[in-house]
Amino acid sequence: MSGTKNHDYHILPPDPWPFIGAFSALTLTTGGAMTMHGMAFGKYVLLVGALAVLTTFFSWFSNIVKEAHAGDHSPVVQLHLRYGMILFIASEVMFFVGWFWAFFDFALFPSTLSDVTGGQFPNKAIEAVMNPFDLPLLNTLILLCSGTTVTWAHHALIHGDRDGLKKGLWATITLGVLFTSIQAYEYAHAPFGFGGSPYSSAFYMATGFHGMHVLIGTIFLCVCQRRAYAGHFTPRQHFGFEAAAWYWHFVDVVWLFLFVAVYVWGGWGYATH
Amino acid sequence: MATTADTFQAHDDAHHHDHDHDHKPSFFARWFMSTNHKDIGTLYLIFAIFAGVIGGGISGIMRAELAEPGIQILGWWANFLNGHDVSFDETLHLWNVLITAHGLIMVFFMVMPAVIGGFGNWFVPLMIGAPDMAFPRMNNISFWLTVAGFCSLLISSFMPGGTGQGAGTGWTVYAPLATSGSPGAAVDFAIFSLHLAGAASIMGAINFITTIFNMRAPGMTLHKMPLFVWSVLVTAFLLLLALPVLAAAITMLLTDRNFGTTFYDPAGGGDPVLYQHLFWFFGHPEVYIMILPAFGIISQIVSTFSKKPVFGYLGMAYAMVAIGVVGFIVWAHHMYTTGLDVNTKMYFTAATMVIAVPTGVKIFSWIATMWGGSVEFKSPMVWALGFIFLFTVGGVTGVVLSNGGVDDNLHDTYYVVAHFHYVLSLGAVTGLFAGFYYWFPKMSGRMHSELLAHIHFWIFFVGVNMVFFPQHFLGLQGMPRRYPDYADAFAHWNAVSSLGYQITAVSIGVWFINIIYAFTMGKKAEGNYWGEGATTLEWTLSSPPPFHQFETLPVIEDAGHH
Repeated sequence: MSGTKNHDYHILPPDPWPFIGAFSALTLTTGGAMTMHGMAFGKYVLLVGALAVLTTFFSWFSNIVKEAHAGDHSPVVQLHLRYGMILFIASEVMFFVGWFWAFFDFALFPSTLSDVTGGQFPNKAIEAVMNPFDLPLLNTLILLCSGTTVTWAHHALIHGDRDGLKKGLWATITLGVLFTSIQAYEYAHAPFGFGGSPYSSAFYMATGFHGMHVLIGTIFLCVCQRRAYAGHFTPRQHFGFEAAAWYWHFVDVVWLFLFVAVYVWGGWGYATH
Repeated sequence: MATTADTFQAHDDAHHHDHDHDHKPSFFARWFMSTNHKDIGTLYLIFAIFAGVIGGGISGIMRAELAEPGIQILGWWANFLNGHDVSFDETLHLWNVLITAHGLIMVFFMVMPAVIGGFGNWFVPLMIGAPDMAFPRMNNISFWLTVAGFCSLLISSFMPGGTGQGAGTGWTVYAPLATSGSPGAAVDFAIFSLHLAGAASIMGAINFITTIFNMRAPGMTLHKMPLFVWSVLVTAFLLLLALPVLAAAITMLLTDRNFGTTFYDPAGGGDPVLYQHLFWFFGHPEVYIMILPAFGIISQIVSTFSKKPVFGYLGMAYAMVAIGVVGFIVWAHHMYTTGLDVNTKMYFTAATMVIAVPTGVKIFSWIATMWGGSVEFKSPMVWALGFIFLFTVGGVTGVVLSNGGVDDNLHDTYYVVAHFHYVLSLGAVTGLFAGFYYWFPKMSGRMHSELLAHIHFWIFFVGVNMVFFPQHFLGLQGMPRRYPDYADAFAHWNAVSSLGYQITAVSIGVWFINIIYAFTMGKKAEGNYWGEGATTLEWTLSSPPPFHQFETLPVIEDAGHH
């Protein structure tokens, strides 16, 4: 700012979005708590908070893209972004550790004190679980396939093949939407609901949070696609794309753990739907 | 990582700031839209003092209530806070609200913002020779999300909780008290408060790790980094890996409360002890998050005022790494009375005692640093010596409590309260005051009064020991924590403890007077007002440093300092 800068770091001017974003988040959580307790105007507060948070995300990331085009992202700043994304994914891994911890607690030590569990897992109250080798297996293949198509897009980008980049991204986005649709179908036809038993609670919490991450990853890839059409990204500098790809692979790996642990091992030998 | 720093142009001129032109933004832009690590650090410190006064005021109400057996002033406060006369049950509920608010405020909104947000933000970039943090905007949202979290906690106190207004769950938010025991919205607001503060801390952690790995000045390898920077690095990893597990745990509380899940509900086949496992998997690293940066501050101060490099620098750095790593595998020592089997208790007892080894390395290395040094008893050094003594007392009672068998008797007694206040109030907070007197002139440009700082220390030292030392006796006699009333047999030491609170409060008054003195009558601070012992990079800058420092990166020589 003072014009004597002799280094490659990114010194930023004052920015309103952190302040707006923080209080948007407070509005969102306040609206959430109000809605859960049926307070007047709760839904409106929730809606305003959600829109404000989304607006913050949109403006914030738009600004980052603008700064990238203005040349602010020197090699060391790009390295910062890489570290930031890897560390963010590391924290997300620990978030999923929480859900898996709950799942394995219930699976390995089912309560014998409650009629709901009856000392067994899946719990006595669960009549049937999903057949893992039906739609879940299909979804596994879809996600693994999307992992290859996003790599296809990445390699096309590195080799300057913009057409290949767009095709690879379209294929990945399509597979992502397909996964979410199948997951929604599966939820809608599931033989058990969210509440009432540890099995169902842990099942929906883990797969639901994964589904939310797929949704976020899909949006991230859509942003990349829009940027691809706008002529962004060069074979040398395309961190926005790489971050989306890393995130997508992370979501993919989480699903493999979910598939093996929750769907296959967790329901082994139980009646299927 | 050092290779990235090597690619920068290196200049010999370390005094570039002399001709620096500060272009500070206007008031609103500077303080509400800040992207400057020093301004954000200042905001964090002001916020922490504000929250600390509220959290400390709550302790005042609690100590006044506990001054004598029976219920004294709780009824008046309950009527006052509710705006009308309330029942006896609601009065007692206020006690739960007070202990909850005191714990959450002191942990999440006082110690963490002060030690990591405040001193970390101010001095990590200065000490590694960086112009700012890696993500200046994310730095600011970390601060404002902390404020947002605090607002959510304040809102919760006006919402219905269990038996009365406010969240009365304890800072641990255990189920079933926090689920079926508190049906009102208060606990949801408190949970969201933790979500917001947690998101803030995770982003802060990402920022610190990236900054420390990528923005060290040319020549500053990891093994030349000041120990305060090492302490923040380890702390940031603990935050990054522990807080998401808390987020998961409290999200499940939220769905148990509002969406019919039975994660923690035994009637529905769930497991309330699962919550305790998840909570303490976060909670134990959390206590190291609060103390490690204080370790870093003490290392800087002891070295400065002994005019010697820290004894066993690498051992000191890796002792913190060891404490951080082992801190993740000892969590169930908070849960000895939940029915863990005896082998599990044996493991957690042994693992917990192992932590005493790297902690001992630190204590003895501080003493060895002073040994043969030219020790100068300036105010930060006096506070640092206080820290070493008081933290050791807390550490020793920690070894006592780490025994599963002993803890069966002491769990949830005042012995535990005494232990964790010795490591936190007398440890972390003493470390905070040490850091405050060490760096306050650097941050403000004004010298504080050394005399007042010494008076502050001695009154504080007498006060806090009087509050908490008798609580060991009360705990050993069997007085349980978390009750507003007690048997007459406990009256004596409780009276002493409450008197100690008043002495402590006076010391905080002296501290505020000292701050006012510094801003009105304090001498202008030089760049390096502590002299030859202060060798880290912040002392090469003016006090206060320029708005943007190190616009030409400093170069660390091979024979560099730690």
